[in-house]
Amino acid sequence: MAIAEQQAQAAQGSGDKSWHGIVLQTLKRNEISLIPYVPDRVLTPLIKNLHADPFFTTFATAREEEAVGIVSGAWMGGRRGAVLMQTSGFATLANVLASLAVPYQIPLIMFVSERGTLGEFNYGQSLVCRTMRPVLDSLALEHHTITRLDELEFIADRSIKQAVTTQAPVALILNPLLTGGKTFDK
Amino acid sequence: MTTRNTKVMNRFDVTSRLIAKLKHEEAVIGGIGNTNFDLWAAGHRPQNFYMLGSMGLAFPIALGVALAQPDRRVFALEGDGSLLMQLGALSTIAALKPKNLIMIVMDNGIYQITGAQPTPAASVADIVGIATASGLANSAWAADEEDFERLVEEAMSRSEPSLIAVRIDDKPGVGTTRRDPVQIRERFMHGLGVREPL
Repeated sequence: MAIAEQQAQAAQGSGDKSWHGIVLQTLKRNEISLIPYVPDRVLTPLIKNLHADPFFTTFATAREEEAVGIVSGAWMGGRRGAVLMQTSGFATLANVLASLAVPYQIPLIMFVSERGTLGEFNYGQSLVCRTMRPVLDSLALEHHTITRLDELEFIADRSIKQAVTTQAPVALILNPLLTGGKTFDK
Repeated sequence: MTTRNTKVMNRFDVTSRLIAKLKHEEAVIGGIGNTNFDLWAAGHRPQNFYMLGSMGLAFPIALGVALAQPDRRVFALEGDGSLLMQLGALSTIAALKPKNLIMIVMDNGIYQITGAQPTPAASVADIVGIATASGLANSAWAADEEDFERLVEEAMSRSEPSLIAVRIDDKPGVGTTRRDPVQIRERFMHGLGVREPL
């Protein structure tokens, strides 16, 4: 078991100190209440806790593009949202980022569970992961890879505030060093 | 499709009829291409949002607006080709049941703006059948213009999502949307009362 995963599991008892507890509290503090997602194994505890908290409207969409459309519409209507996905889901977004979020200047907040790295066993995941940062860079889109629990709150909170105030999308990449990632035995 | 007893209408005419019925600053999301051009030509309103890309996302964007502003009716205008690109959105909307969302599909069976090529489902798939099977019970073909207006009124009094499909001809859009994304979004946000003009 990965050290980060052990730490994350040990922290689950104390609630807010787990990576997903910190993400949930950071969303709440920034009044981000609409959370459409396409799931990922690693995101499961976050998604479960978002569903359990009545502050959030959390639901699955059929495709990541749809979720981006929904939070973009919600932003224009005065409600903040964020999209949860895994790296392969991000790979489907180049068109909507380049034709909606970026040109219309929408503070699209994305949490991406990073698959395809640090011991990934799925060939498809590992190749698709390598397309993510070049896409983000080519659009000059702000992104941060979060590897440490003690940096998570700062990076997530500041990035969200920057996205909102500069009206620009941001991708927060949740690395396996933070989340424990997906392990071989699952 | 051959058994469908529906008149072939004109998109600009149908769009104009819809806009004439709006009295409460309802939001209208125009899908890309001619759907958008005719919305623009039907008379600019600050509550109109014009998509310049992201084909297939008119319904998801409208869903987001509807979830953010549950007391405002939100319309979305989409073409059949665009809808085919994002059919999953129908199930998402059916599952969420937004009480204020009304979806209108302009179906001419072609990608009109790219040279009128037939869509992959032209003359075989039934949009209303797909919507109903996706869980959107309030889905109907408009038989003619009068029926379209009646369906719009019905949808506006419902507290569940509705979908109205219209068979349209292959006439091009009447206007051309001004292509300034930031101006479009900013104006739309003013129209929805989210922002004050500078």
